Amino acid sequence: MMALDTVDVKRQVRVMMIDGGHRVRAHLNTLGIHIGDWLTVVERAPFRGPVLVEINGTRLALGRGVAAKIQVEVDGALQPLVRRAPESETEQR
Amino acid sequence: MRFVLAGQPNCGKSTIFNSVAGYRAATANFPGSSTTFTFSRALILGREVEVVDLPGIYSLTSSTEDSGKAEGYLLEESYDLIINVVDASRLGRSLELTMQLLELERPMIVALNMMDEAARHGMEVNHEKLSRQIGVPVVPTVGRRGLGLKELFRRALQHAHQGEESFALTLDREVEEALEEVAELLEANGFGNSVPRRFVAEKLLERDPHFEREIYAQHPELKKTVRGVASVLQKAHGWSADQVISGSRHAVAHCIEEETVTLERPRIGWREWADRVFLHPWTGGPVMVAILGLLFWVVFRVGQRLEVPLVELTDQLAAALAEKLPPETLLGTLAGGALNGIAGGVAIVLPYLLPFLIGLAILEDSGYLPRIAYILDNFMHRIGLHGKSVLPLILGYGCSVPAVLSTRILESRRDRRITAFLASFIPCSARTIVIFGLVAAYMGPWWALGIYLLNLFVVVILGNVLARTMKGASPGLILEIPELQVPNLKTLVAKTWLTLKEFITIAWPLLVVSSIVLGVLEWAHGADAVNALLSPLTVTLLGLPAAVGLTLVFGILRKELTLVMLVQALGTAHLSAVMTDGQMLTFTLFVVFYVPCVATIAVMAKELGWRDTAVISAFSVVLAAVIAVTGRFGYALFFS
Repeated sequence: MMALDTVDVKRQVRVMMIDGGHRVRAHLNTLGIHIGDWLTVVERAPFRGPVLVEINGTRLALGRGVAAKIQVEVDGALQPLVRRAPESETEQR
Repeated sequence: MRFVLAGQPNCGKSTIFNSVAGYRAATANFPGSSTTFTFSRALILGREVEVVDLPGIYSLTSSTEDSGKAEGYLLEESYDLIINVVDASRLGRSLELTMQLLELERPMIVALNMMDEAARHGMEVNHEKLSRQIGVPVVPTVGRRGLGLKELFRRALQHAHQGEESFALTLDREVEEALEEVAELLEANGFGNSVPRRFVAEKLLERDPHFEREIYAQHPELKKTVRGVASVLQKAHGWSADQVISGSRHAVAHCIEEETVTLERPRIGWREWADRVFLHPWTGGPVMVAILGLLFWVVFRVGQRLEVPLVELTDQLAAALAEKLPPETLLGTLAGGALNGIAGGVAIVLPYLLPFLIGLAILEDSGYLPRIAYILDNFMHRIGLHGKSVLPLILGYGCSVPAVLSTRILESRRDRRITAFLASFIPCSARTIVIFGLVAAYMGPWWALGIYLLNLFVVVILGNVLARTMKGASPGLILEIPELQVPNLKTLVAKTWLTLKEFITIAWPLLVVSSIVLGVLEWAHGADAVNALLSPLTVTLLGLPAAVGLTLVFGILRKELTLVMLVQALGTAHLSAVMTDGQMLTFTLFVVFYVPCVATIAVMAKELGWRDTAVISAFSVVLAAVIAVTGRFGYALFFS
């Protein structure tokens, strides 16, 4: 498993886990990023700029900070889903 | 009868709205371009219908802090029908909102919009099948080209008459059981069904702060039981209840999408190639600079072409008028003031305003703005904001009012405050007119460009200082990048006209009246008193003619007034005859930075509160004075 901000361009990856608070997660959910979804990294802006991903035909720009919170698995190497113990709602600052 | 247009951001609600209402809601190709409700009465098949255009929402539990307005409207107001506008090319995601809207159990129909874009993505959506799956009528449309809209409103009218309510789709068994349990609990505690109980139950399980506050205030004992149900759900799936519900909805939406969509190979068109250049790590930045540079250059060239002959013409008119009605008489003063006001609007304001508005409209409609946000995200992080703040800042070059309003697309209050503050310092089109009409026209375009760069530099510094002093976190960039579009000529014209109309109906009369007032004040020697009062600032500090004092006062009403009033105050449209280059530079610098105009102050007070607005306004005067004085002595030292 690796963080989305380290994935190379043109790679297809599967979302495994979204760290971070309820709000970030809910926002990503509504934009179409759910656990288990496949997405493609289209472009990475230089100097730690945002990552451009394509998911279900939609393109989203994710800041590096946000991308770092999305844990992904590269190319079908599927491991059983690691489920974290539910933790108290904390807002990731 | 009242129809409500609801849907996700940038799915084309406002475009459909405008097709029945005439161009009233400004449209643009980026998510969050409508921030306020727009109402209109429209005649549909001979029936008068009120249509409401809501701001876009991603879901009925929005993650932004105060975007509860559209949700509140959908829940509480009375209306006859929801028209759910769905972007067909993002069907799966849009259906998640559709499912939540179905849960409201109101009459509803779906406008399956952007069918052309879906086709480009290789998606063929079977709308009849979709209609059977979700239980409400579905009408395919292409809002931009007006296809299917007639049918949409015919069906809408028909459906609203029948008044048939929608019903919620079934989610996971466990989720449904939990929902039922909470709904029964609500019923037992005497909750009516005005907002469907199932919907309220869902919101409580998702821990929606708004519903929790409202329900638990009346029945605090419910909290524990509901949380208990949520934790059962959580234990069964290993994720928090809101994720379980959202995941379940996602799964159902995905199923419906698979059932109704046939996928073919997407066509790779010019849009894809353009994006590769626009967003490429190496070419993206330079191309952006080139595009913005081109916009600047075109506005300057076109404006100059138009301005020079127009100013000459108005000068001749003024001279002719002065012969007939000498300015010493009251009548002559009145007529001269009125002519200066009208002429100022035609000769000085319009030549620059028109090309500028068209250029900005092209940027907005093409969908290039969110791409700028992507490219500049990194840079904005250095200021302590993120890429999305670029949108309000760029809109600020058009007008500060929509810029301040558009800060609502930002998630955190801190970002909104900082961005609104910075946006008010961006030279809006009115200030652009002063920069172009004075500095660019008399000193050359490079000086004007210099002012823009200096302004940007100041904004960056301010942003840095603010970000360091204001507490709170910036959540980071999460922004949808919409597909590029060729701007539609009709929309461009309508949009430019919408802004221009505001100038003609509000600013122009103001220009004329202010010119007359200034004329009369001068005639009655009342202007001297005000000018004398302001002379410590204008004459001593800034080294300007005393007569500019009053123009700065009028400038608070609208910034372009300063330039037009300058013509009236100094008595000639050939300003170079009465002002030196250094004075023009100082004057322009002061105008660019001092106090936002009345309209901006009003929206800022609404968005940020009076305290912040007062602080910003007071600070801006000090800042403007400091920068103008620096400009005055800097110019004197190095260039004369």
